[in-house]
Amino acid sequence: MSPVKDRKPLYLMTPALAWLTAFMVVPCLLILALAFFRRGIYGGIEYVFTLENLAMVVDPLYARIFLKSAGIAGLAAGIAVVVGYAAAYAIAAMPRHRQPALLFFAVLPFWSNYLIRTYAWIVLLNREGLIVHLFRWFGYEGELPQMLYTETAVVIGLVYNYLPFVILACYAPLSRLNPEVAEASHDLGASQWTTFRRITLPMTVPGIAAGFVFVFVLSIGNFVTPALLGGGQFQMIGNLVYAQFLTANDWPFGAALSMALIAVMMVLLTAQTFASERASGQGGRDA
Amino acid sequence: MTQVLLSLSDVEKHFGRVKAVDGVSLDIVENEFFALLGASGSGKTTLLRMLAGFELPTGGQIVLDGKDVSQVPPNRRPVNLMFQSYALFPHMSVAKNIAYGLEMEGLLRREITARVGEILEVIQLAPLANRKPDQLSGGQRQRVALARALVKRPRLLLLDEPLGALDKKLRGEMQLELKRIQAEFGITFIVVTHDQEEALVMADRIAILKDGRLLQSGTPREIYEYPETRYAADFIGQMNFIPVTRSGDLLFARNGARIGGVIPAEAPEALVAAVRPERLYLDAEAENVVTGTVRSTAYLGLDLHLHLDTPLCDQPLLVRLTADAAEGRDITEGARLTLGWSARDTRVFPA
Ligand SMILES: Nc1ncnc2c1ncn2[C@@H]1O[C@H](COP(=O)(O)OP(=O)(O)OP(=O)(O)O)[C@@H](O)[C@H]1O
Ligand SMILES: [Mg+2]
Repeated sequence: MSPVKDRKPLYLMTPALAWLTAFMVVPCLLILALAFFRRGIYGGIEYVFTLENLAMVVDPLYARIFLKSAGIAGLAAGIAVVVGYAAAYAIAAMPRHRQPALLFFAVLPFWSNYLIRTYAWIVLLNREGLIVHLFRWFGYEGELPQMLYTETAVVIGLVYNYLPFVILACYAPLSRLNPEVAEASHDLGASQWTTFRRITLPMTVPGIAAGFVFVFVLSIGNFVTPALLGGGQFQMIGNLVYAQFLTANDWPFGAALSMALIAVMMVLLTAQTFASERASGQGGRDA
Repeated sequence: MTQVLLSLSDVEKHFGRVKAVDGVSLDIVENEFFALLGASGSGKTTLLRMLAGFELPTGGQIVLDGKDVSQVPPNRRPVNLMFQSYALFPHMSVAKNIAYGLEMEGLLRREITARVGEILEVIQLAPLANRKPDQLSGGQRQRVALARALVKRPRLLLLDEPLGALDKKLRGEMQLELKRIQAEFGITFIVVTHDQEEALVMADRIAILKDGRLLQSGTPREIYEYPETRYAADFIGQMNFIPVTRSGDLLFARNGARIGGVIPAEAPEALVAAVRPERLYLDAEAENVVTGTVRSTAYLGLDLHLHLDTPLCDQPLLVRLTADAAEGRDITEGARLTLGWSARDTRVFPA
């Protein structure tokens, strides 16, 4: 990367940067700043500096919710990556002129409303839902486990919602591969599976990492899906933040939780950026 | 003792209506440096891909070492292909790229290291063993691709335009280098090229492909001196074509001059006589003589090339004189020259 090339088009970013700073960074910082103040007795904020809110975040009670959220987000991201990568691989293996149509269908759900998509799963999963009906229709009369309002339902909802992005993220590097590289591996004596494991997969790690981090980050802070598919008592970190701001009226603690969440996301995104650059092996001549 | 290594009989590959390779029969002997020569789209890559196992022939047989391998997948053939695009593994270092094929054979780590080190010496890239492919120059990448295929010591090494991406000077060096390596390793090479000069320099034998069909095969000398078709005559080297008409056993150019040459059996009336530029001599006592006006000259050190406008044909004749022959003569634009050539050096093809 030559410094000359880097500098030139920088001014083109100014409008976007200004927009983001004015309407995103500044408000966020203002909210996060609340974490350092005390909560007023009747809600509201008392402008006295304190670290109590941040200390409360690491309280075992909340830390456990954090870990559970991370677990669910990790599971959802893992499943989404496996399913999404397989789909992207299949699409990229199709004749080139068919690929845009297939991608379009894969991403189609993305264009409908998030709430509607999530409600659709309620229709599918509930006690009298489509899936139960299907089982009955096939003649299964036995007891069926509770599906709606479980952790599984939340994971299903999250995977479903973010799958299109994973497909797109994995498709990008897969479709850019020179097919002759995989053929070379085959020619040198590798089986199809070895070729996939040693050549195709490592070369597409950036897409996988991007997909995983995207699903993880959006899932760990998600509050709609846990609320709708996880039932009333089910809490993920997003629901906790939501509650602090909208029902408990404890903005400083909500801000402290958000800060922890953002920190986790930042670490992941940074790690992903570096990992991708290294894995792709295309990090420039002196990488 | 020459032993046939590879035998193609009536091999064809049709993609729908496109006949990419159309009934090619060919024997290649052990230790041979064989060049497949043809214009773009003539089916060279398709033929190589069938030999490597990436395309199944739609007809015919490929026999390697006495076994029919037409249906054998690429990883089970003792054949390696060096791709036109090199197809190096971008996430692996030079050494890892080269070691890959040996790892697939399940060799011991020590042996792999030894063989990789050895071949790195041969291609003179030992100091760059730990670089990634995108940190190499085009010529270096080309050598890594060669080493990666060569290190497996295949029975047959296929090279698809191995020197295509290199500049002219490097090409010349690498042509000799490839020949040296081929002799040193004693592996049969099939090299695809569309550069006829390259084929002449490198190959023991050459086959010319046109529209998926095999036009002619033979040693460079046979192909150059005795092309069997007008296409081959035109494709290899430079050639002057003079339209002639046959009457009985005699040939006449359009100005009525008699042209001496060997007339093929059952020749039609309309023919062309062909003669190489270096077969025309000044003041020669020869069967064929023509006088013309120099249109242009080009001095090339050893040789002098000139275009001569003659009454024989519309195209000026291309003449290549040695520096000695041209010494002390007035060969400038507008000068009148008389040249002659022998009937032995005249090939005759249907027009
Ligand atoms: N997969 C394919 N499907 C349909 N047609 C093909 C396919 N591969 C090659 N062809 C056609 O077969 C013919 C021969 O192609 P091939 O790639 O073998 O040519 P080539 O001699 O290697 O040319 P070049 O010198 O440009 O590399 C061409 O007309 C090409 O369009
Ligand atoms: Mg080709």
